Amino acid sequence: MIDPIRFFTDKFNITDAQIESLLGTALSKGGAYADLYFEYTVLNSLGLEEQIIKSANRAVRQGVGVRVVSGERTGFAYCDEIEIDSIRKAALTAAHIADSPVEVGPVSVTPGRPELDLYPVSQSLHETSLEWKIERLQRVDKTARAVDPRIREVQTSIADEYKIILIATSEGVLIGDVQPLARMRVMCIADDDGNLQSGVSGGGGRVGVEFYTDKMIDHYANEASRQAIVQLEATDAPAGTMEVVLGPGWPGILLHEAVGHGLEADFNRKGTSAFAGLVGQRVASELCTVVDEGTIPNRRGSLNIDDEGNQTSRTVLIENGILRGYLQDKLSSRLTGAKLTGNGRRESYRHMPMPRMTNTYMLGGESTPEEIIRSVKRGLYAVQFGGGQVDITNGKFVFSASEAYLIEDGKITAPVKGATLIGNGPNSLTKVTAVANDLALDEGVGTCGKDGQSVPVGVGMPTIRIAEMTVGGTK
Amino acid sequence: MNDRVSKEMLAGIVHSAIKRGATDAEAIAVESTEFSVEVRLGEVEKLQEAASRGIGLRVLHAGRQASASTSDLSREAIEELVSTAIEMARLTSVDDAANLPARDDLAKEVPELELSDPEIMALTTERRIEMARSCEDAARSFDVRITNSEGGACSTVISRIALVSSAGFEGDYQSTVCGLVAAPIASEGDRMQVGYWGDRQRLLKSLDAPDVIGREAARRAIRKLGGRKAATTEVPIVFESSAAEDLLGDFFEAVDGTSIFRRASFLVGQLGEQIAAPNLTIIDDGLMKSALGSRPFDGEGLASRRTVVVENGILKSYLLNTYTASKLGLRSTGNASRGLTGAPIVGPSNFFIVPGVYSPDEIIGSVKNGFYVTEMIGFGFNAVTGDYSRGASGWWIEDGKLSFPVEEVTIAGNLRDMLHGIELIGNDLRFRSRIAAPTIKVNRMMVSGN
Repeated sequence: MIDPIRFFTDKFNITDAQIESLLGTALSKGGAYADLYFEYTVLNSLGLEEQIIKSANRAVRQGVGVRVVSGERTGFAYCDEIEIDSIRKAALTAAHIADSPVEVGPVSVTPGRPELDLYPVSQSLHETSLEWKIERLQRVDKTARAVDPRIREVQTSIADEYKIILIATSEGVLIGDVQPLARMRVMCIADDDGNLQSGVSGGGGRVGVEFYTDKMIDHYANEASRQAIVQLEATDAPAGTMEVVLGPGWPGILLHEAVGHGLEADFNRKGTSAFAGLVGQRVASELCTVVDEGTIPNRRGSLNIDDEGNQTSRTVLIENGILRGYLQDKLSSRLTGAKLTGNGRRESYRHMPMPRMTNTYMLGGESTPEEIIRSVKRGLYAVQFGGGQVDITNGKFVFSASEAYLIEDGKITAPVKGATLIGNGPNSLTKVTAVANDLALDEGVGTCGKDGQSVPVGVGMPTIRIAEMTVGGTK
Repeated sequence: MNDRVSKEMLAGIVHSAIKRGATDAEAIAVESTEFSVEVRLGEVEKLQEAASRGIGLRVLHAGRQASASTSDLSREAIEELVSTAIEMARLTSVDDAANLPARDDLAKEVPELELSDPEIMALTTERRIEMARSCEDAARSFDVRITNSEGGACSTVISRIALVSSAGFEGDYQSTVCGLVAAPIASEGDRMQVGYWGDRQRLLKSLDAPDVIGREAARRAIRKLGGRKAATTEVPIVFESSAAEDLLGDFFEAVDGTSIFRRASFLVGQLGEQIAAPNLTIIDDGLMKSALGSRPFDGEGLASRRTVVVENGILKSYLLNTYTASKLGLRSTGNASRGLTGAPIVGPSNFFIVPGVYSPDEIIGSVKNGFYVTEMIGFGFNAVTGDYSRGASGWWIEDGKLSFPVEEVTIAGNLRDMLHGIELIGNDLRFRSRIAAPTIKVNRMMVSGN
């Protein structure tokens, strides 16, 4: 196991004393708080298409971001060179957010280690041979094509990231983490005499080679093929407001869009979220308890420490329908006095941290999925989704179903084409009328975008029934 | 910033890759300096300044391709970049279509497109703060119902791209961009709406004035107040220019050569066919002076050009890079787009709908009962089938007049039908990004609401 502090010392000759002096430089114009974020990341991707290995890419990303906070103001600068003069220049640039120069000596830091160890892996994918990855991709291709002769094309890729970070703060913290991340993706195109349809599957997390067993690979391949084949028979999706049942797992993207973003502390501190000022009030039916949990082992959205050096945690966002709290980063927590939740995240050293989700999911209830389906006279049963989006100010959110069926008289009937579902964050969960006991987390494919920054996240949900939601079909 | 990455340095990397056994190699350097200022409620909230650089290398080894990139420009890192790329290329498969462009196709000269503005480079931090602040101020003082703000922001990027390939290409160019945005919040009772508006240009003199942007942002926030769902019904749809841009962005995916060779577009096999109403002409033009999508050469060193994609409703051309052209037995349209890592993809240059003669008011006036879409959210487009379903907000149109604001509805149809159903095209084309469209009217789509 690599020690992040040692890593940066050995590879770049950056010593604790230099870090202490850099923090002093960052505060030299009167800033109240400063931090340094060192990053060294290796990213690999390998792609198969048309049954050949078409692409192999490797990128090395390294640099340092320096942030200085003064009241509500933040100064930020970064450099690509992990080298003392470049970092000092960035520290001086960021320091200028404050304008009352003071004499500041070095700021002493105490080396620490994360208490959590959520992603021990025997072998990280970044140090695994290309041959092993090629064999995995070829197995996907073979398995997916064997599902049905109408599977005409398979595109599959395996991407991994190995990130070493070190965070130093003017509060005296010096802490690092080593964060592996892997994701496999499979896309199949089915062709039935010119009727073309696609299906997508995949998964991963903060996992090593042991995760991608034959069984897992075959599951992704079969799933992507199955979806594409099902879509061949799909009829037009319905239009209008109706009862909707969402399947377990990835449909939890509903929570991410409907409530998750709206509960990020920055929007609430500024009063720009539709959820601002609603703590303690009912925002969901009493069947709903929603948490954000960064501490689940090996999940895509999990972290031992967030990108501000704080331990991640389990935050109850909604408890039995009542709004309990927000997702905090350091800035919002300092300005509002709220307790840190370990949700300060950033895409890279080139980006400023802000409150972000980790793994956001709804706890299981008491119904069974079968009961829920049986209870619906006419509605939509949606089990797979593409992306979603939200306007946090008016609360309107969408997420797009890619696999859905009609429910008629308590039975799942015809598959329907993809359709966008739209709702209003602060009241959509008040219409949840049943929650099943089959909580599942997604397979590890989610990426969340905010303010131009992408970070890996997880979602999860049991089967739920929503009394009414607008379905954007054509019929 | 340290010394810039020279074409000589890139040529050295290419040479080194060839010496180690690569059949062909192509190196790119991207250098940029970014400044951004965010002001909220009149106070500076964020100041950011940074310079960054990176080098990418693509190698071909007897028909096998791989790429690597690094932001570490030390000698050892560059060594590793070359050896990693070559090592990986030994293990990928032979792909007959993976080649650098033919020498004869490369850009012979770099045309002067006026992409770089000394005025933008000379902007001081104080001036940027001033621009962001006056933009937000104009929004906040527009109407008493503007009660809060996500802020105003000004950002500038100065970048330089250099490309060298063993096919015999060497070129570089510098460009600038200045962006200014405001996001005021309007409220009425306990309901809030954000209005987001901005402009981005390569030349400062082309940028809308801060107060013009601020007022438009405020107008957009206020007109959303009081929105409600509409009834589920099939009606004509008028897409405001910014929503039409969104639609055109989705259309791009359907003419992207990558979707075509993968047979993942509903426009496969449609060259020369009538795919849209006869009033529709769509062009991709990489040579427009000082435009955001212009560049003297594409990501593989081919000369930029103007490509008519759709002319009077007939599909004239897909958009292609060398790889997709080779897969399809066609010639590249000079649309290779590449970042530091990976093979070039296909990207738009300045991709737009040729404007018509109608004013937006005339278009709205032509609708008896329909929906004026001003914003769309979500990702509900399937290029394989053309199926289209997005969240939308805007105004209901009754008897040619805007009647009431609408929100929380979806619009759905199939892009194939929507293209044929384009009835009117507006005269209000304005480039705010690489993709631009005027107001358009589509004969019917399903609105899903109550």
